[in-house]
Parts: sequence; C-alpha cells; structure tokens
Amino acid sequence: MPENKMELQPGTRRFYWVLFKSTFLISAFTVGGGMVIIPLLKSKFVDEYGWIDDKETLDIVAIAQSMPGVMAINASIMLGYRMSGLMGTMVTLMATILPPLITMSLIALCYDLFAHNQYIQLVLKGMQCGATAIIINVVINLVQKLFKKKLLLPCLIFLGTMVAVLAFDVNLMYCVIVDGLIGLALLRNPKYN
Amino acid sequence: MDIYLLLYWEFFKIGLFCVGGGYASMPWIQAAVVDNYQWLTLNEFIDIFTISQMTPGPIGINAATFAGTKIAGFWGSIAATVGFVTPSLILCLGVTWLLKKYGDISAIKGILNGLRPAVIALIFAAGLSFLYLSVWNTETMPTDFSQFDTKGIIILALALIAVRRKMGVINLLALSGVLGLLLGIAGL
Repeated sequence: MPENKMELQPGTRRFYWVLFKSTFLISAFTVGGGMVIIPLLKSKFVDEYGWIDDKETLDIVAIAQSMPGVMAINASIMLGYRMSGLMGTMVTLMATILPPLITMSLIALCYDLFAHNQYIQLVLKGMQCGATAIIINVVINLVQKLFKKKLLLPCLIFLGTMVAVLAFDVNLMYCVIVDGLIGLALLRNPKYN
Repeated sequence: MDIYLLLYWEFFKIGLFCVGGGYASMPWIQAAVVDNYQWLTLNEFIDIFTISQMTPGPIGINAATFAGTKIAGFWGSIAATVGFVTPSLILCLGVTWLLKKYGDISAIKGILNGLRPAVIALIFAAGLSFLYLSVWNTETMPTDFSQFDTKGIIILALALIAVRRKMGVINLLALSGVLGLLLGIAGL
C-alpha cells in the first residue's frame, strides 16, 4: 500500500466524514442503478483510499447481487461493514439512501402541483409508453437469457410462476416461497448458478 | 394499525422479497401499494418508475419515498424507506457473518437459482399491466382489445424500436414525453 493511502485510517472521525461525503456524492449523481454505482464506489474505496482490497469488493458485489433488496444498497452495507464495522455500515447506508430520499421527497411534493396540468399529463402519458418499452425490452432480454441456458427446471419454474400469477392470481409471496424451496431442494448444483 | 408502522411493515416485506434488483422490486411494490392498499394509482406508480429512470437512486427507494410522502408526509417517507432497507441490512450482515464462519453458501445459492426464473415471470406480469395502461388505458386485461389508444401504440412502437437499438434510457423517456405532447396537441 503506497504511503499516501495510509493517511486516512478507518475508524477516525475524518475517515467517517470522507466516507460519508464520497458515498453521498456518488449516490447523488449516479443515474442508472447498481452496475453504475458500484464501479464508482470501488474506484474511490479501493483505488483512491485503499480501505478495502479488490478481491473483497468482488465478493461483496457477488453477494449484493443475489440478496433481496437493492444491489447498490446491499453493496454499500457490506462495504461499510468490511471497512469499519457497524459504524461504517451506518455511514455508507445513510449516504446511499439520503440523496434519492431528498430528490424524491421534493418530486413527490411537486407532483401534485404539476400532474393535473393537461400538457404535463400528455408528456407523462408519452413517457409511460417509453417506460413500457423499457420493461418489455428487459423481459425479452431476461427470457432469452433464461432459455438460451437450455436447463429444463428453471424454464419450468418460469412458466409455472407465470401461469400461477396471471391465470390463477396467486399471491406473489407464495410463488417466491415455493420457488425458493424448489431451488433449495433441486438447484444447488453449480451449473444452475 | 398506525400508518407509519403499516408503511414500515409493507415496505419491509417488499425489501425482503424483491430478489434480483430494481426491476424485480416493481411487481412487489405494485402488489402492495397499488393493488392491495390503493395508496397510489397505476398511473402514479408508472410515473414513479419513469421518474426513477431519470433521477439517481433505486426504484425501491424512490417508490418508498414517494408513496410514504403522499400517504403520511415526511415521516411517512422515512418509515417506508427505513422499512425497505431493514431486510437488506439484516440479511447482508448475516451473510457476511455466515461466510466468515462457514465459508459455504450453497444453500442460499440454491434458493436464488430457484428464484431467478420466478422473478422474470413476475416482471413479465408487471410489464403486462404497463402495456394495458399504455395502449388500452385500463389497469387490467382489456375487455375490448379494439378500443386502443392510437397515440399510445405509435409511441410504444417507436420506443420499442429505439430501445432495441440501445438508445439510452433518459433520451428515450425524454423523447417519448415530447412525442406524447406533440401527438396530444395534434389531437390523437
């Protein structure tokens, strides 16, 4: 570790401030979700300050991706923890959720003022169609990827869940519990990872 | 139940069950916030989704903040947001600890392998209600498919072509908005 990286030891007050500030700014100015935000956090924590090493960061990203919730938040929770325990977690977590919380509160306050204007409504209607196109594209990509793997069981889970939700209106929670148990029983082979 | 507790609990469940990133949280939020409690209309929900694509922050947090503010003001948004991240906090710290202790998470991996295809199905279902609203202006399956919104179909078709050609999300949404305004003024 080069000399200049040693200046800010994890655990000091100044460390927490720098940690908060850099995470906050990255969270505030990144549009585009986990896959964009994590490389930025990595370049700050790993490359600039050397608070955590490369391999550990990759492990964290892998776990963050597979845990419930939002990937960027999961990653920031674990990065904070590995760098300086529970206090580190609280700092990174706060710094990650505050920017969207502030932005969205402001938008929510303005929304009621603007949403009834007929021109705004036309714009929003157009954007809804754009958003629908984005979702359709996401689904197409995911389904293609699923079927390209040519594994029978995951495809059956996909079709079964679809029928359960669309045709029989089964509660999403039961679907997830049943599919999780199927996975636990039958899909532990690494080829399914 | 106290509205803050209810918000906390509902978003706790959303945070717990949405495996697989931003898009995967939508069906859960929709089920709770739109279908079950009717805190937001489907229109408002899709607007949140649209806004989330253009502002920083994950959809889950944005929806929690927006719904919380709308239902119970500032403290509502805090209750919903904190509820949403609590499961992440518990599970991520738990797994970090388990990994350190046992170094094997094949059981968790197995569960996730079962969930991944299910999540695709759930996103598919959420996408369908977006489609119904965009083209037929109804939240559920249209009773008469010929009663479609011409403007909606035109924008959706163009947006689909653009998104398949990898146009950036922000440009796409901005252009869709402009197109909606122009076609609307033109009287379609």
